Amino acid sequence: MVSMETVFSAVALVAAPFAGGLLMGVDRKITARMQSRMGPPVLQPFYDVLKLWGKSPVITSRLQPILAFGYLGFSFLSVALLLFGGDLLSIVFTAALAEVCIVTVSMSAKSPYSYLGGRRELFCMLSTEPLMILSALSIYIVTRSFIVENVLTFEEPLLPLLPGAFIVTGIVLLIEMRKSPFDVSASSHAHQEIVRGVYTELSGYTMALVEVGHWIRTVLVLSIASIFWAPNILVGWGLALALLFMVILADNAFPRLSWQRMVKTSWALGFALIAANVLLLVVTGGATI
Amino acid sequence: MRLVTRARLKSPWILHFDCGSCNGCDIEILAALTPKFDAERLGVVNIGDPKQADVIVVTGPANPRSARALRSLYEQTPDPKVVVAVGACAATGGVFRNCENVFGGVDKVIPVDVYVPGCAARPEQIIDGLLLALRKLKEKDGG
Repeated sequence: MVSMETVFSAVALVAAPFAGGLLMGVDRKITARMQSRMGPPVLQPFYDVLKLWGKSPVITSRLQPILAFGYLGFSFLSVALLLFGGDLLSIVFTAALAEVCIVTVSMSAKSPYSYLGGRRELFCMLSTEPLMILSALSIYIVTRSFIVENVLTFEEPLLPLLPGAFIVTGIVLLIEMRKSPFDVSASSHAHQEIVRGVYTELSGYTMALVEVGHWIRTVLVLSIASIFWAPNILVGWGLALALLFMVILADNAFPRLSWQRMVKTSWALGFALIAANVLLLVVTGGATI
Repeated sequence: MRLVTRARLKSPWILHFDCGSCNGCDIEILAALTPKFDAERLGVVNIGDPKQADVIVVTGPANPRSARALRSLYEQTPDPKVVVAVGACAATGGVFRNCENVFGGVDKVIPVDVYVPGCAARPEQIIDGLLLALRKLKEKDGG
C-alpha cells in the first residue's frame, strides 16, 4: 500500500521542474518591472528551453551530452532525496555532484571562456558547499537529526531559533541562481559574464538540459529554505518566496563582485552568522552541543 | 504549428556583430534592447555566444578584415538561423560602397534574410526587422 505522503512526494517531484521554470519566468517579469519595462511573458523560460531543444546541437566534446544528462539527473536526485525525507547531508553532496558535472563539461571543451567559467564555478562551489553543510549542521544542533523527515516533524518552527542559518541559505540561493553580486561563473537569463562562462560550449539540447537542471536546483534551495517553517508548509514556502524576492532585489541593486570577493564575503558572512547563531542558542539554552 | 516552432518564434536570441560600422547602428541596436523599447518582451535577448544564437544581427560594411570572423560566426551558429543586416552599410556598403577595402553589403560574405535600412536604423525599425526575421524563420521551418 502506497501512503498518501509518497504519492504527494512523487507529484511534487514531477512538478519540480515546472515550478522552477515558472519561478524563473516570474523572476524575469519582476526584474523587468524593477527596471520599468514590460518584460517577457511568464512562460518565457519554457519557450527558451523548447527552442534550445529543437536547435541542431554543436557537440564540442564527447563528454558533453552524458554530463549534461548527469547534471540534470543529480539535480533531480537531490530534490527527490529531499521530498522523500532523506538525509540533509546526502542532499548537499548529491547537489555537489551535479555541480561537478557542469564544471567537467565546461573544462572538457577546448575554449578559454568555457574553461574560465568552469574555474569560477569551482569557486562558486567553494563558497556554497561549506555554507550548506554548516546550515545542515546548525539544523542538526537544534533538531538532533539530519533526516528531513525528522526535521519536518520537529515541534516548533526553526526560523526563530536559526535566523542566521536562514540568511545563509539566502546567500547560497544568490550564488546558486547566478545573480548579482555573485554571478561570476555565468550570468542568469542569457546575460553575459566573460561571454557565457560555464555555458559557453553548451548549445541545443545540452543547454536545454542544463537549464532545466538549473531550475531544479533553484527549487531545491528554495525547498531547503521552506524547511525553516516546517510545521506549516505554506508559511515555509511563503518564506522561501520572500527569500527569492530579496535575491531578485539584490540582483537589480548590486553590481557584480569579483570571484575573490565572493569567496571572502560568503565565507566571512556564512561562518560569522552560523557561529553567532549557534552560540546564542547555547547561551539561551535552546540547544546543547 | 509544432510546439518547437512556436517556441522558436517566441525566443529569438540575437548575436550582434559589428563588421566595421561607425557604431551608430550598434547604439540603436542596444537602444532597442533597453527599457524604453524593451525588445525582451518579445523574448529577444542579446547573447554573446554564437552556439546559442538564433538571429545574427550584423552592422557595417563587409570588408576583408572582418569577413573571416563573420563567416566563422555564421558557421558556428546552429540551424535554424536567420541573418538581419542593420543599416545602409550592412545592406549595400553605404557611403563606403566603392572603397577598395570594402566588399559592399554583408550579403557578399554570408546569406542575408532581412535588410533594415537607415543611417542609422531606428530602434523601432530594428525591432520590425527582427519580427520579419522571425517570419522568415517560420517559413524555413515550413510553417
